Amino acid sequence: MNSATTTRPAPPTRGDTAAPRATARPRMSRARFEERFFGVARRLVIAFLALITLVPFGYMLLLSVKPIDALLLDPGQLWVSAKDFTLATYEEVLRPTAEGGQGFLGMLGNTALVSLGTVALTMLAAIPGAYAVSRLRFFGGRQVSALFLAVYLFPATLLAVPLFVMFARLGLQGSLVGLAIVYIAQTVPVSIYMMKNYFTTIPYGIEEAAALDGCSRLQTVRKVVLPLALPSLMATGLYIFMIAWNEFLFALLFLAAAPDKWTVSLGLQLLSNGVEVSKTVLMAGSVVLTVPVMLLFFAAERLLTEGLTSGADKS
Amino acid sequence: MNAAPTTRTAPRTGHRPRHVASAAARENRAGLAFVTPTFVVVLVVVVLPILWTVLLAFQHARLVDIQGMSLLGNWSLENFGKVFGSPGFWSSLWTTVLYTVGSTAGSVFLGLIAALALRKPFRGRGLLRASMLLPYVAPVVAVAFVWEIALSPQLGIVNDWGTRLLGWDDPIAFLSTRSYEVSLLGLHFDVPLALLTVIAFETWRYFPFAFLFLLARLQAVPDGLEEAAKVDGAAPTQRFRYVLLPELMPVIALLCVLRFIMTFNKFDDIYLLTGGGSGTDVVAVRVYDFLTARFDVGAAAAQALVLAVLLMALLGVYFAFFAKKTQEEA
Repeated sequence: MNSATTTRPAPPTRGDTAAPRATARPRMSRARFEERFFGVARRLVIAFLALITLVPFGYMLLLSVKPIDALLLDPGQLWVSAKDFTLATYEEVLRPTAEGGQGFLGMLGNTALVSLGTVALTMLAAIPGAYAVSRLRFFGGRQVSALFLAVYLFPATLLAVPLFVMFARLGLQGSLVGLAIVYIAQTVPVSIYMMKNYFTTIPYGIEEAAALDGCSRLQTVRKVVLPLALPSLMATGLYIFMIAWNEFLFALLFLAAAPDKWTVSLGLQLLSNGVEVSKTVLMAGSVVLTVPVMLLFFAAERLLTEGLTSGADKS
Repeated sequence: MNAAPTTRTAPRTGHRPRHVASAAARENRAGLAFVTPTFVVVLVVVVLPILWTVLLAFQHARLVDIQGMSLLGNWSLENFGKVFGSPGFWSSLWTTVLYTVGSTAGSVFLGLIAALALRKPFRGRGLLRASMLLPYVAPVVAVAFVWEIALSPQLGIVNDWGTRLLGWDDPIAFLSTRSYEVSLLGLHFDVPLALLTVIAFETWRYFPFAFLFLLARLQAVPDGLEEAAKVDGAAPTQRFRYVLLPELMPVIALLCVLRFIMTFNKFDDIYLLTGGGSGTDVVAVRVYDFLTARFDVGAAAAQALVLAVLLMALLGVYFAFFAKKTQEEA
């Protein structure tokens, strides 16, 4: 793939540079002009990108430590004065509803439970399949591999209707276990894809050596392949965790009627529709919702980005 | 456990072809054994529900009577009549297409710019690279809420600064203005403001995704290629056009297809920002409305099915026209 794409553009480049040799002077100045122009533009772009990615989160943090009156008084203020600074917003948002708070602590627990459950279930479901399609030749292997990818193309909206009905029928509405099962559908395809890419990089000889030493296939996978693939497993697990932690549509469909089972995303959205809870308190809720994901992400950023894009540099 | 003895005895007996065949058969069996659990899970949580959606779309089904309903029966084509005949269906389809194309193009383009800007090392690049992924990894409910507040006419910083510093006459309700009249050089335009705002949100949220993949690909381009073009006096735009772009094109095409598919079915972002009002009622939000506001399961399924079929048709057209070209390049 690489060789073809690299050889193709070559002729125009050569043709292009053959011409300037005769008129070297104006061409050089164009190159120099552009060099300078893009040097400046690059800095501007970098500043702009930093601005649009960081400012919204800074704004979130800023509003979360202000009382609502201070915000209403001067919405454009980019700092918080010492006399306005308050952490009462966090206290209110985290306190249980029974004590007059918004109960986000409980919601955090629910969300963590669902997310961890999803990670465990998805890994259990995805690892054998990912191993099989990356390593073993078997009847229908290619078709199954294609199916796993195709699943990614099916929209969540198509799944939402039957799952909604099914759960209504089974009485699993308002159950966190049910939600975790639904999330498997959202995370299995991408997990298989990520792990499959990594499994193929493990040298085959290692497995053969294990087999010669008398390991069965299952033992080989458990004692040799999985430990070697640990970075990829962790990246995949983290990615699943983030998807489950951030998910909203299915939480809305299944849990809206059961306030004690709300996830943080759902609680935040439902409360922000009303007028009773002040916006700065909810901003503290957004911070509470965002911080765990952010911490995880920064802790494992390398791992995650490599896990996601492995293979992209080869296409 | 069986494996070891067979491999050892096979060469001794000299039945080499048989040994190969049995190894292949064993691999086949192991493959099937390993893939079965995953396959079953995918079947149960993805494939069967989708097939059921297809059935439901052709049935008269409301949530109240779904309890006692049999899986088959109650056939009708009424749902599709409801879907196509309902007011605003065609305009909502058009909105979906505009939203998808705008967001896809926006996020891939911004991602490309970002990848080019962050290609060469500079101080703080690692940190910026990581923080640029924040819009993508942060929970959608939280970031949508921040946008909502920032753009709000009463509480928002955008309108405050706009009226004070940019001289806007009135605060602009970005998320609830269907069309906003803009006059430029004496000409008047109607801008679909709410739609543009959600497109901007989507672009902002997903450009990191494109950025990540494009940067990975950019860093795999051999230095020699560009170096050679540079020595030959090619300007940056020329180097981009003739050296980098051909290298990036397959990834760009893939990203466009992926983003198109994802955005076409996107529900969360629009629901959270506008609730589907003010000219942003994409089809995915209508599915949700059929399901939860009217409890009309059949119509919701039909609506989702129409959306999926349309997406497949669009993808089919794309692959018929472009996939051949990509394959030739590959």
